[in-house]
Parts: sequence; C-alpha cells; structure tokens
Amino acid sequence: MGAAALPFIIFTVLWGGVGIVLPIIVPKNPNRGIIQVILMLTGACCWLFWLCCYVAQMNPLIGPRLDKHTILVMARAWGNPLN
Amino acid sequence: MGSLFRSAEMTLCQLFLQSEAAYACVSELGELGLVQFRDLNPDVNVFQRKFVNEVRRCDEMERKLRYLEKEIKKDGIPMLDTGENPEAPQPREMIDLEATFEKLENELREVNQNAEALKKNFLELTELKQILRKTQVFFDEHEGGTNPTESMTRALISEDAIARQSGPVQLGFSEKHYDPEEYYPCFVAGVILRERIPAFERMLWRACRGNVFLRQAEIETPLEDPSTGDQVYKSVFIIFFQGDQLKTRVKKICEGFRATLYPCPEAPADRREMAMGVMTRIEDLNTVLGQTQDHRHRVLVAAAKNIKNWFVKVRKIKAIYHTLNLFNLDVTQKCLIAECWVPVLDLENIQLALRRGTERSGSSVPPILNRMDTPEDPPTYNHTNKFTSGFQVLYDAYGIASYREMNPTPYTIITFPFLFAVMFGDLGHGSLMTVFAAWMVLKEKPLQAQKSDNEIWNIFFGGRYIILLMGLFSMYTGLIYNDAFGKSLNIFGSSWRVSNYNYNYTQSVTDIMLDPASEDYIGYPYPLGMDPVWQLSKNKIIFQNSFKMKISIILGVTHMLFGVAISFFNHTYFKNRLSIICEFIPQVIFLVALFFYMVILMFIKWTKYYATLTDTPLGPRCAPSVLISFINMVLVKDTPYEAVCETPYMYAGQGGIQMFLLLCAFVCIPWILLAKPIMIMRSRKETSQYSVTHNQLNSATENGDAEQPIHNNTSQPPAAAHGGDGHDEEPMGEIFIHQGIHTIEYVLGSVSHTASYLRLWALSLAHSQLSEVLWSMVLNKGLTVDGWTGGVALYIIFTIWASLTVSILVLMEGLSAFLHTLRLHWVEFCTKFYSGNGYAFQPFSFELILDSASQSKEE
Repeated sequence: MGAAALPFIIFTVLWGGVGIVLPIIVPKNPNRGIIQVILMLTGACCWLFWLCCYVAQMNPLIGPRLDKHTILVMARAWGNPLN
Repeated sequence: MGSLFRSAEMTLCQLFLQSEAAYACVSELGELGLVQFRDLNPDVNVFQRKFVNEVRRCDEMERKLRYLEKEIKKDGIPMLDTGENPEAPQPREMIDLEATFEKLENELREVNQNAEALKKNFLELTELKQILRKTQVFFDEHEGGTNPTESMTRALISEDAIARQSGPVQLGFSEKHYDPEEYYPCFVAGVILRERIPAFERMLWRACRGNVFLRQAEIETPLEDPSTGDQVYKSVFIIFFQGDQLKTRVKKICEGFRATLYPCPEAPADRREMAMGVMTRIEDLNTVLGQTQDHRHRVLVAAAKNIKNWFVKVRKIKAIYHTLNLFNLDVTQKCLIAECWVPVLDLENIQLALRRGTERSGSSVPPILNRMDTPEDPPTYNHTNKFTSGFQVLYDAYGIASYREMNPTPYTIITFPFLFAVMFGDLGHGSLMTVFAAWMVLKEKPLQAQKSDNEIWNIFFGGRYIILLMGLFSMYTGLIYNDAFGKSLNIFGSSWRVSNYNYNYTQSVTDIMLDPASEDYIGYPYPLGMDPVWQLSKNKIIFQNSFKMKISIILGVTHMLFGVAISFFNHTYFKNRLSIICEFIPQVIFLVALFFYMVILMFIKWTKYYATLTDTPLGPRCAPSVLISFINMVLVKDTPYEAVCETPYMYAGQGGIQMFLLLCAFVCIPWILLAKPIMIMRSRKETSQYSVTHNQLNSATENGDAEQPIHNNTSQPPAAAHGGDGHDEEPMGEIFIHQGIHTIEYVLGSVSHTASYLRLWALSLAHSQLSEVLWSMVLNKGLTVDGWTGGVALYIIFTIWASLTVSILVLMEGLSAFLHTLRLHWVEFCTKFYSGNGYAFQPFSFELILDSASQSKEE
C-alpha cells in the first residue's frame, strides 16, 4: 500500500470528530437535531471526498507528462538538480 | 417547537367565540399567527357576509390613507417608519380613526382646491402682467414709427399675391386707414400656448382673409399650469382688426385655440395704472398662496408621522373582519363558530391567546376550543428559521411535502452545497462567494431594513445562507482539487520529483512522463487533495477525468442510496410494512447489487494495482477498466485480457459473485412490480368477507388502511390511519398500472440517474478548464510584460481578468452549477422517497398580511 499513516489518521480524526464527536456534544436546544444532522453529513461528505482523492493517488498507474522546461524548473526549484 | 424532519402535527379545531369577544380573540390569534381558518360558508356570496360593511369601511379608510400617502410623497416629506407594530384597535376606535381620516382628507382636499383656485388666479394675473408689458412694445412701435408701418403695409398690399403664397404673415390694414387718428382699430390681446402659434396664425389669416394684424411675443419664463402642475411655455399675442364681424370671428378662433383673452386698455395711462394694480394683486396673492402651502405642509407633516401606523391599524382591522366573515353564526346569534387547523404543539399558546382576547374584550364567557376528527389531510407546516427557510424554499418550489412526510430539507442543508461545490470547486472563487455571503449574513439586520425591491438582490439575500455554505464547501473542494483561480498550491510539497534524468536527455525530447514505478514518485500521495504536479502536466485532464468521473459515481450512488434509505423512514412512520417488504428492500438490493458494486470495484482498482509490479497480474497494464467490467457484467460477456494478466478479473471468484449479484438485481424487478399489487389483492379478498360495519367505519375515515384495524381516537397520530397509499378506493387494474410505472421508473431511473451524476464531473471539468484558460489567456499576458509598462499593462489586464472571473466564473458558472445541483436533488434524490402532494399551511398572521401589503404597494 502506498499510503502514509499520518495524513490518513489526521483527516479521519478531523472529520470523524466533526461527524461523530461534535454531534454528541451539541448543547440541548430546539434545533439540536438539525445541527447534529448538519455536522454528521458535513463530516461524512468531506471525509469521503478527501478519501477518494487520496486513494485515487495512492498507487498511480501513470505519471505526469511534463514539458522539458517544466522538468528543468522543477528539478531546480524542488531541490533535485539534474546531473 | 416542531423539528424540521417532518411537518408539524396538525389538528382541526372548532372554536366557539362569544360575539363580543370574537374580535379581540381573532386579533390575538392574528398576532400569534399559528392558526389557519377554514371558510365555513363557501357558498355565501362575498357581499352577503356578516361583516361586509366593516370591510367596506376599512377599504374606504385605506383609500383615504393612500390618498394622504400620495400627497405626502408629492411633497417629498419623509414618512416616519418606526417599525413599531401597533395592536389592532378596538372596534369602537374604528370610528375615531374614520373621523380622523375623514377630517384629514377633507382638509387636504379643501386646501388643494383653494390652492388650485389661487394658482389659477395667479396665472391669470401673471399672464395679464405679461400682456401689459409686451403690448407696450407693440403700441410704442405704432406711436414712434408710423412711417415704417405704412410703407410695410403698402409693400405688402402691392405684393399681395406673393404674400399669400408665402404663408401667414402679419397683415391687415385696408388702405383707407392710414390716418393715424383713426389708426387704432379694434384689437384683442391674450395669451396662448407657444406651440399653437403657427396654426393659430394660419387659421386667423385664412378665416379673416388676411384682414387682421397679429403681433406676438414669447413669454420667456415658463408658467405653471394649475390643473396639471406642468410647466408650460406661452406667448402673448395681440390682434388688430376692424368691424364687429371680424371681432366675433377672431374671438371664436381664440376660443377654439384655448387662448385666454384679457382686457387691455388703449390709453397708455390706463395701461400703466392697470399694470400697477396687477402688480399689487400678485403680491397679495403670493402671500396668501404661501400661507396655503404652509398650511398644507403642516397638515401633511403631521400626517406623515402617523401614516405607517395608521396603515398597519387599518390593515389589521380589515384582516380581522375578513376572518370573521369566514365564521359561522350560531342559531342563537350569540356565538360565532370557527374551524381552524392548528399545530398540536401550539395548542397551549393558542388557548392563552384566546384567554387574553377574552379578557381584553371584558367578556365573561371563555371561548371553547374543541379538537375534531377529520378524514381530510391536514396542511403541511414546517417550522423554519432564517437559516433553514432558504433551503425549505428549494423543496417547496418542487412540491409541498405531504402531511408528516419526511422533509428532505435538513439533509439538503449539507448535500446541496456539497454537490454544488463538487462542480464549482475552486478555492479562489469559493472564497469570493464566501466573502459576499458572509457580508450579507453579518449585515443582515441593516440590509433587511432597507427593503429593496430589486428582485435579483432579494433572491441573493434570501439565499444568503445557502450561498455562504456553497462558498465554504467550494473552498474545501477547491482545496481538494487543488485549484485556486486555475492555479495549484504546493503546500505540503509534491509527491513527484525529477530524478535520474540528465540534462542532455531532457533537452533532446519535448516532454517526459515521470515514471510512477521509479523514484520519481516518492511512494505516498500528497496528503490533502490533488498533487500540484498535475497542474503543470500535459496529461492532467486524462488523470483528473478518471478521478472525477469516479467520484461523481461514488457520490451519486451514495446520494441515491441515502434517498432510498429515507423512504424507509417514511414507510415505518406510516406503518406501511407492505411497502418496506415489497418496495424498499428490493430497491436497495437492486441499487447495491449493480451500482454500489461498481463503486466497490473502483476502490479495488485504486488500491490493488501498482505501477511497480509491471508484467505481473497486478501491473498497470492489467488494471481493467471499471466501466467495461461493469458493462460486461450486465451483458454477461467475457472481458478480453492480455496473456500476462492471466485473468480479466480483479479478485478471485469475481465471475461467480457478479453472476449472483446480477441475478439478485433481476429478481428485484418482478418483486417490485408484482409483489405489492398481489398482496393488496389478497388482503382485499379477505376484507371483502368482513361485515358491512367495516365498510361503514372505512368510509368514516376514508383513508384508513385496509389491513389495519381502525382506531378512531385522536391519541394516535392521525397519519397512521391515513398513511397507506390510499389504495382502497382504487380499482385493482389501476394499482397494477401504477406499480408498473413505478417499477419502470425506478429500474430505468437507476441507470439514467447514475449517469446523470456524471454532470458533477462535466461541470467541474468545465469550471477548472475555464479558469485555467482565463488565467493563461488573460492574466498571463499582463504578467509577461517587462519594464514599467508591465505595471500599467498588468493594471489594465488585471481589471479585465477580475471582472471576467466574477461575471463568468463566479456568477454564470455558479448559476449553472446551482441549477444542476437543484436538478440532482429534485430528480435524482427526491424521486426515491418524496411524494410532495401536500398543501402549505397558511396561518392567519398579521405579519404575513402586512408584509404582502407593503410589497404589493411598492411594485
């Protein structure tokens, strides 16, 4: 698996917190139910969206096709100069 | 407070009000705004109702107020809108109000009449003044220069023929009159509208055969027409002629042209005296006129302070009497009977309001509120607040929810902005939207107070919370897509790098594809969203399309499953076990077996195949296309594969599992189609053996479900009895047809709806491409100019780029994404569970009545 554990944990905890923990601690008020639904759906949608994007890039089958100038700039700017 | 998940529970109530307390009670209920009255005498003509007279009086008062308001507006006096909400006055106060308005109106009319008369007088005097001044010149000419006139006359007469041809000319002395003593013939002087002069001249010439002499001079300053208040330009004229016959003719013509004639003495001394007299009279008039205007202004200013208040009061009285007209009069005439829908949870509030009303009216007998049973469907009433009302409107536009049906609004609060954002995902554009919406939300109170009548603005303002959430979600999806105004952010450092290439090699080719199997890929992906390297690459679209299409389907299938799940709660609430077994379960199986399975395939493909495992069954060449696999699964065809892959499948036993899923899905079709009608048919046969008493009961609660014993007590939710699908009255054939349509809709719909979610991909592709093009074609041009001119060029180009960004990418694309999202919710989501056959609860509320009244006035 090409996944790194850290981002996976961070984002799952973040959106899990929004979608599971926050709805539990919403204070009692007439709109509590609505707020819970809002938070749960927010957590679910955002987590799913992030997850899909992450998983889709985990095992890339193709690589980016780059222009030769871009290659040069990339090599210099991202600290991996060509020999 | 009811929750938004279902509409509030309603009950029909009967209300007995003492005649003398009725007014006060209804007024209290109007303030509360939680009661919808039913018309109890629908066959009675509007003019024959009990309180027609009062309504008419209110109409009359409103008319007077409108007159006052018009006059106030005419004078440009600001109307005081304190925003206070006076209570509906007592019926006896109505007479006082009427008297006040009557007095004001009469006073104003009188003042206006006086002012008009004075103005007319003033106009006449000014005209006379002008005549005296201008004619002086004419007379002076005569006295000072007989000769030139004479020669002119002669010249004109000798060339009579030419003069006639050349049109109207001043002319008019026969030859024998050159004696100066006899020189002054009769004359008339007057004032005429300037644009009528040419026609007037021509007419005079023709009618009098050239025997008159007309002089005219323009009055430079415009005069006010007292009847219309317009500024008009006029001219002074004087006509000389001879003989009584001509005099009558000239006067007739003047009359015809609406010229006003004024006496003008011949002798200069008289004229001077007259002019003096006129001047003094004008001055007097001016003072009187000023005083009249002052008085009018005072009256109007006093009225302007109260007019809004009065409007509110009158409208409230009128609304109360309108409502009282819906009531029934009891036989003893002591009591008014009303029927109304009320939310069950608010019964207490209503009782309190009624008690207040009774106390106010001083009546000793309390009103009676009885709950009634009814076979009718109650109205749908959703308790919304300023945040949720915008979302509720989206569904009300589609169809008001049936009574006690699941309301999709709470879920839409998130799914709507989220699906919008999937199409609109751009950090930059999303933040623009957020900032705009946040401004509207923060400045809510002052903006609301402005009460703009600009329709577009009102739409934006009404949907401010929707826009805010859409903006926030767009920022998030923009971050995931890694798009900000068409550029990417490299926050965490790309997962791709350039390694193992030497300089000469890179220069010998046009482009290089980084190899995911080599060290070019560091082994784990960019942590948040798309890797920024794709923004620079030439095959960005290929990669992103595959990703975006997949998430479209994933989100779409999830959304549809969610919709089907909601239908489960509808069925359980309405105790409709038949529908759960015969509709909900096969529907879920169908959707999961085919489309959710496709989603699973996508995840398998994402996680299982590695670029590093080239030439093994898990290498990139062996990764099968999910779409092709799916199509072949449905068509039961074999997928061709390469020898090195050994198998066309992604996992062991895939062929068998797919076969099984396909069978499950196909079994579901007859299940949905036939199970329910057959069950209904069987239960009908059973019930038909039931006694007649059942039928009687059944007709008492028309909608009662055949399978259920009928308990007609109010403690049970009324919906339980009404909840079935109302199949009892339908003939069997119709039920079959109905179910057939439903099945076809669902089965074909699942396919087309899944495909329909691809619009998420299409729109987001279009959006990102458009913003990229706009950056490279417009802003980039400004960024590449060197030297100081670059600054100037960038300044101009940035303006163009920014306005295009806002107008096209944010507004137009936003609108189109909004509409597509709306469609996804209305068609793809709602058809799974929403029947939308209800009708809205329209409470009798002063607030609503006043709002609609003030709106209709402004347009």
